[in-house]
Amino acid sequence: MVLVLLSIVFVVVRIMPGDPVSAMLGGHAPESVIEQKKEELGLNRPLAVQYIDYLLQICRMDLGESMVFKERVTKAIFQKLPATIELSICAIIITLFLGIFMGAYAADKRRSLRDYGIRFYGIIIYCIPVYWLGLMLQLIFGIWLDVLPIAGRTGPRVFASTFEKTGFYILDTLLIQNFSALGDVLIHLVLPGVTLGLILSGIFVRLTRANMLDILRSDYILAAEARGIPHYKIVYKHALKNAFIPILTMMGLQVALLIAGAILTETTFSWPGMGRLLLERIYLRDYPTIQGTIVVFALFVATISLIVDIIYAIIDPRIRY
Amino acid sequence: MNFSPAIGIGRLLSGFMSFGKKYGIEWWIMIIGALIVLAIIFMAVCARIIAPFSPYDQNAGPQLLPPNEKHIMGTDNLQRDVWSRIVFGAQTILRVAILAAIISSAFGITLGLISGFTGGFFDKTLSLIMDSVYSFPGLILAIAFATMLGPGVINITLAVAVIYIPTYFRLVRGQTLSIKEELYVEAARAIGASRTTILWQYIFPNVIATTVVIFSLNVADAIMIEAALTYVGLGLPPEIVDWGMDLAMGKKFLVSGQWWLITFPGAMISLLAVGFTMFGEGLSEILNPRLLER
Amino acid sequence: MEAILKIKNLTVHFPINIGTVRAVQNVDLTLNQGEVVGLVGESGCGKSTIGFSVLRLLRTPGRIVDGKIIYDNQNIVTMERDQLLALRGNKISMIFQDPLTSLNPLFRIDEQFIETIKIHEKTIKRRAALSRASAILENLGISSDRLREYPHQMSGGMRQRIMIGMALILNPDILIADEPTTSLDVVVEAQFLDLLNDLRRQYNLTILLITHNLGVVAQLADRIAVMYGSYIVEIGKANAIFKDPFHPYTQGLLASVPNIKLDQPKLSTMPGSPPDLVNPPNGCVFHPRCARAMEICTQEIPKMSKRDGRFVRCWLYG
Repeated sequence: MVLVLLSIVFVVVRIMPGDPVSAMLGGHAPESVIEQKKEELGLNRPLAVQYIDYLLQICRMDLGESMVFKERVTKAIFQKLPATIELSICAIIITLFLGIFMGAYAADKRRSLRDYGIRFYGIIIYCIPVYWLGLMLQLIFGIWLDVLPIAGRTGPRVFASTFEKTGFYILDTLLIQNFSALGDVLIHLVLPGVTLGLILSGIFVRLTRANMLDILRSDYILAAEARGIPHYKIVYKHALKNAFIPILTMMGLQVALLIAGAILTETTFSWPGMGRLLLERIYLRDYPTIQGTIVVFALFVATISLIVDIIYAIIDPRIRY
Repeated sequence: MNFSPAIGIGRLLSGFMSFGKKYGIEWWIMIIGALIVLAIIFMAVCARIIAPFSPYDQNAGPQLLPPNEKHIMGTDNLQRDVWSRIVFGAQTILRVAILAAIISSAFGITLGLISGFTGGFFDKTLSLIMDSVYSFPGLILAIAFATMLGPGVINITLAVAVIYIPTYFRLVRGQTLSIKEELYVEAARAIGASRTTILWQYIFPNVIATTVVIFSLNVADAIMIEAALTYVGLGLPPEIVDWGMDLAMGKKFLVSGQWWLITFPGAMISLLAVGFTMFGEGLSEILNPRLLER
Repeated sequence: MEAILKIKNLTVHFPINIGTVRAVQNVDLTLNQGEVVGLVGESGCGKSTIGFSVLRLLRTPGRIVDGKIIYDNQNIVTMERDQLLALRGNKISMIFQDPLTSLNPLFRIDEQFIETIKIHEKTIKRRAALSRASAILENLGISSDRLREYPHQMSGGMRQRIMIGMALILNPDILIADEPTTSLDVVVEAQFLDLLNDLRRQYNLTILLITHNLGVVAQLADRIAVMYGSYIVEIGKANAIFKDPFHPYTQGLLASVPNIKLDQPKLSTMPGSPPDLVNPPNGCVFHPRCARAMEICTQEIPKMSKRDGRFVRCWLYG
């Protein structure tokens, strides 16, 4: 399946309009120079050859060289990747916490006003454009209340270059024990993380609730009640653990939405990640980078599916034996 | 022949209420969704009558005015009335989203039916492609297509349409596969029905119910994607009135606190998407009641 | 023998969208220390509901509308929640029909035991709890090194024994068994009944055995209560009832059990079908199917009358 994804990327990038070489050379270059450059870049070879070459390159983790800037695509991507990953992880944590607990709570208080309220939330939240939520939160918390920063990963007085090592600022600041920088990094994560986390939580709320309703009707829950186990333990330990498995599957499926959301969140919060990179390079018609970014996204999707499968095996003993 | 309109409306309302009692809250969710959608469609259709100014009028009022009596949603930086732009913007977004959904469903359903029914290598290959596209972030594909095709209403519609085809495909194919095995299909084949007949007369009607639900949710999604595309600057030329683009524009004035430029377009996008979603979700509950919910 | 559980005038209703299902009406039942009482009746007569009511395990929308359930001088129906939780699994335990679905598949057996023990004896140490669990499992014939396994790794009969183990681990006074053999095959059922007999003597248990299977009841019960259409129609000593059933329904029930020794060209059945509990018939709930129905049966619900050491709810006897 990864193969199909990569092939699609290949096709899509190739059929984008506009001659990239002319764009690169400034539009008024003579024919001969254009031809020469094309030859140089290997764009005149038959498509099949280009395709094989493309796949081989990916295996070698080499994504080519940017047409606009003089840099290796791989390097550019890996510079920006940690930012996106940090944001994503933050969002995932918020989403899962919110979604799962709200869902369990709603299932527990079935048919109460709180239940209907939470169900309503679940339906509505997904319909709110993530960038609009971001903008509104920026407006409220950044401008009117002025308590949270609205752009970038660090504030004006913190210089990332002083501690940047892995690119994961949370790790980096912890490594050098610079706690004020850590605080700064964390507070910059709040708005974008919460924005993305909120939007994605809706579906988990609904999924958890639906699963919990089923599970709470099952025999082993009844048997546990008959043994005198208190209510909150029944809901939040016995029932919830069983609800995890389908939630995990959903998490795997939501990666695509996570990426889409991340791209939009990054533009709104000026977050220097892969999403913004992609959009920038699209404007600049920098095809190798565009292709490279999409490839990395595709690989990302595939990896998450794999991780989900692994976590499955850890949680559900029935799969192991 | 004494048809008093009051009686007619009364009957309609009591019909509603009895449905409501029967189906509970899902019915109301569906109705509210439908009302929201209809209201906005009405707004779009009667745009010229409703909007006090032309959305292009750059002399509607002083620049960057907060909401007041003359401009209930304020004015933007080019001195245009925001409310008028909202009203006309509805046209754009509805056109794109609904048309895209129609195209998506037409292709997706047809391919799903054929693929599920035919099976074999064709089915396997097509499924693999569809699954891959499905699991891939739709927005990225949409961005790619939008860039590829360039700005324009038709182009953006196509870009949005392509992403959703796999959803219909998977759903319809799955249903086709199971219906195919049913006894009455076997019986139809036994009496000599042609494959096309079986497809259209037997399988298709069974598939339709769920498809309507998906269609509604599809439109909601299409609305989101369209707005996202225009927000990042792809897809539509600046002359067209569009909520997403207004959001992008308004973003620049966020820091100076001119909140009305982003609040209203964004709220409208949300509202329209919510309307279609509520309709789809309510309908889906009614068609497939989850009995445990009662 | 002294009474250990007294159910008085229990009435349970289930309000649903088409009306109210009167599942249990005016039930009086007493369990005496050390005896096995069989609660028999066909599906839907209300017997399981009674079982659930004792521990207030009724699923919504079921509600106890009237009546008392007295245990240890306290009314379970009006008890505070924490008192109720202290009772469950500790003084009164319940086991259910399907052992496969009655155990949480994601938790190990020892975890589930330890949790139960610790809930009721908060200060106990993990090792002590574990040794108690293995002791009872050994007693039930399961090797204690299976404690670290998961439910799906065990056979049906084993799971049934684990369920009993968890029910008895805290030495309760009363065990309520709801259709415990229905999902077991005949061989396992026989083993189970033997086991239950042993345990009953070992732990000095009082058992409320709820089942539709007359054979099971015949083997184990000291007394039987027969239910029909939300009412108890006959209560008495098991032997006596089997020999000479009083209530027409009980007679029909026993007659319908196929007997290989008799020359039966046709199996004996009772005409009609079980009553609609949302709109039950006037008067005696059995009268539409009773061959000996009288005028009064269609008008007034019969009261329980005592006859020969037995209780019968029938106008023929009172």
